[in-house]
Amino acid sequence: MIELSYFAAAVLFILGLKRMSSPVTARGGIVWAGAGMVVATLVTFFHPGLSNFGLMILAMLIGGGAAWYTGKKVAMTDMPQMIAIYNGMGGGAAASIAAVELLKGHFDTGTFQTLAVAGALIGSVAFSGSMIAFAKLQGLIKRSILFPRQQLINLAVFAATLVFGLILIFSEAPAGFAIFMFFMLALLFGILMTLPIGGADMPVVISLYNALTGLAVAFEGFVLGNAAMIIAGTVVGAAGTLLTQLMAKAMNRPLTNVLFSGFGAQGGEAMEAVEGSMKEVGPMDAAAMMAYANKVVIVPGYGLAVAQAQHKVWEFVQLLEEKGVEVKFAIHPVAGRMPGHMNVLLAEAGVPYDKIYDLEEINNEFPQADVVLVIGANDVVNPAARNDPNSPIYGMPILNADKARNVIVVKRGKGTGFSGIENALFFLDNTRMLYGDGQAVASQLIAEVKQL
Amino acid sequence: MIEGFTALYIFMLAGFVGYEVIGRVPVILHTPLMSGSNFVHGIVLVGAMVALGHAQTDLERMIGFIGVMLGAGNAVGGYVVTERMLEMFKSSKEKPQ
Repeated sequence: MIELSYFAAAVLFILGLKRMSSPVTARGGIVWAGAGMVVATLVTFFHPGLSNFGLMILAMLIGGGAAWYTGKKVAMTDMPQMIAIYNGMGGGAAASIAAVELLKGHFDTGTFQTLAVAGALIGSVAFSGSMIAFAKLQGLIKRSILFPRQQLINLAVFAATLVFGLILIFSEAPAGFAIFMFFMLALLFGILMTLPIGGADMPVVISLYNALTGLAVAFEGFVLGNAAMIIAGTVVGAAGTLLTQLMAKAMNRPLTNVLFSGFGAQGGEAMEAVEGSMKEVGPMDAAAMMAYANKVVIVPGYGLAVAQAQHKVWEFVQLLEEKGVEVKFAIHPVAGRMPGHMNVLLAEAGVPYDKIYDLEEINNEFPQADVVLVIGANDVVNPAARNDPNSPIYGMPILNADKARNVIVVKRGKGTGFSGIENALFFLDNTRMLYGDGQAVASQLIAEVKQL
Repeated sequence: MIEGFTALYIFMLAGFVGYEVIGRVPVILHTPLMSGSNFVHGIVLVGAMVALGHAQTDLERMIGFIGVMLGAGNAVGGYVVTERMLEMFKSSKEKPQ
């Protein structure tokens, strides 16, 4: 009966994920998967030989309640870090299972013992790494943290983790001290590994930890002989790995590079000095430029999300369209903090899908655009990615906004973006800066266009 | 119990399924899908429940308790966030502009 229910849950998960992969059925997909989860959880209470039910229910109420509250309350723009933190919790749970099993210390075969340790390592790294990712996106950690010999130290910590892991695998009944050291080192490695990663790389990292947690869950599933955990964990592990690759590819950087290069902080001085000066423009002139243009391309970025400007921007676009201006949205694959982040926000505002274009679809159209309106995007339109081999983002495909006849950049202040890289686009002759919060600027633009 | 090659078969097939499922996803759904798959590995809750249920010493109970708490957070949080995100997609379809 329990096995049958787990089987049903696994089927529901896969069907749910399948439905989530099409916009029409996506909503139903999560409900299916949710039903699978409820079935699996309820039936587990009838697992033979269990005790500690009081503690179990209490823990579920605390963990579930806190997650329910934060999940309902959080703003749409903060979704990425919430996914990071929930994902980290999953990794932590997998590591906890391994810890309990290791403390008990009686494994049927060495294979199970190895899998338990492997799952513990992966789960711990996903846990502490995701927490750092959360702290970074939440703004608790502002910059990429780099220190001398960082990679060497990381490597040493990882090696030490492996040594203790091997001790655990090859000891009959692992000693408490070794177990403790193993988990501490694994957690430390997750932190050290994530600290230097910043900027545009965060989506890739969250996706990677998502895949890792899936794998850890699958490994612990083997240890517990739980088919639902094996299947669900493996499916997520594979899907997450593919998604991670897609994202890394979108940035034209191999995954190893993302993880080990210390993005956004190295070689700051070696970069070509940016020449020219930033030229400001007022909302009135900007609105006039766009209202009398033939074609306007809008490039949204994380700043749009922060300012919650999507509704106002769409209102502005509709006004432009009434005046006969052709407007398109250009979305970079890693704009925002997660792939598809901008699509979600624009969908929320009611922008039809057929006005939204991917990088490849629209990049050739920029030279024909009269005005490109960049709202809160930075690295994804930085021409240094094409021109400057010393730039940390060199080689990343970008939206060629600089090739348009005019560029208007909506930006809150003069500083560099999330990745800390100076943007040459802002200094070009055909670029005008429109300072202000995205939503406020969009409101001003709407007012100005109405007066024209 | 699932052992040896049966386990390997399950692992292989499930991996294939995961790869296939996401291979056909439009970019627009990447974020919700990442969130959805994040929810799916919330099944770890079940394992944590079993671990806590079998715990005998206080230390085991404590770690098991933390595990169940984290697992429940993963499952519930993953669900709430994914549902909110997908709900938005629905509403944008209902009032096409």
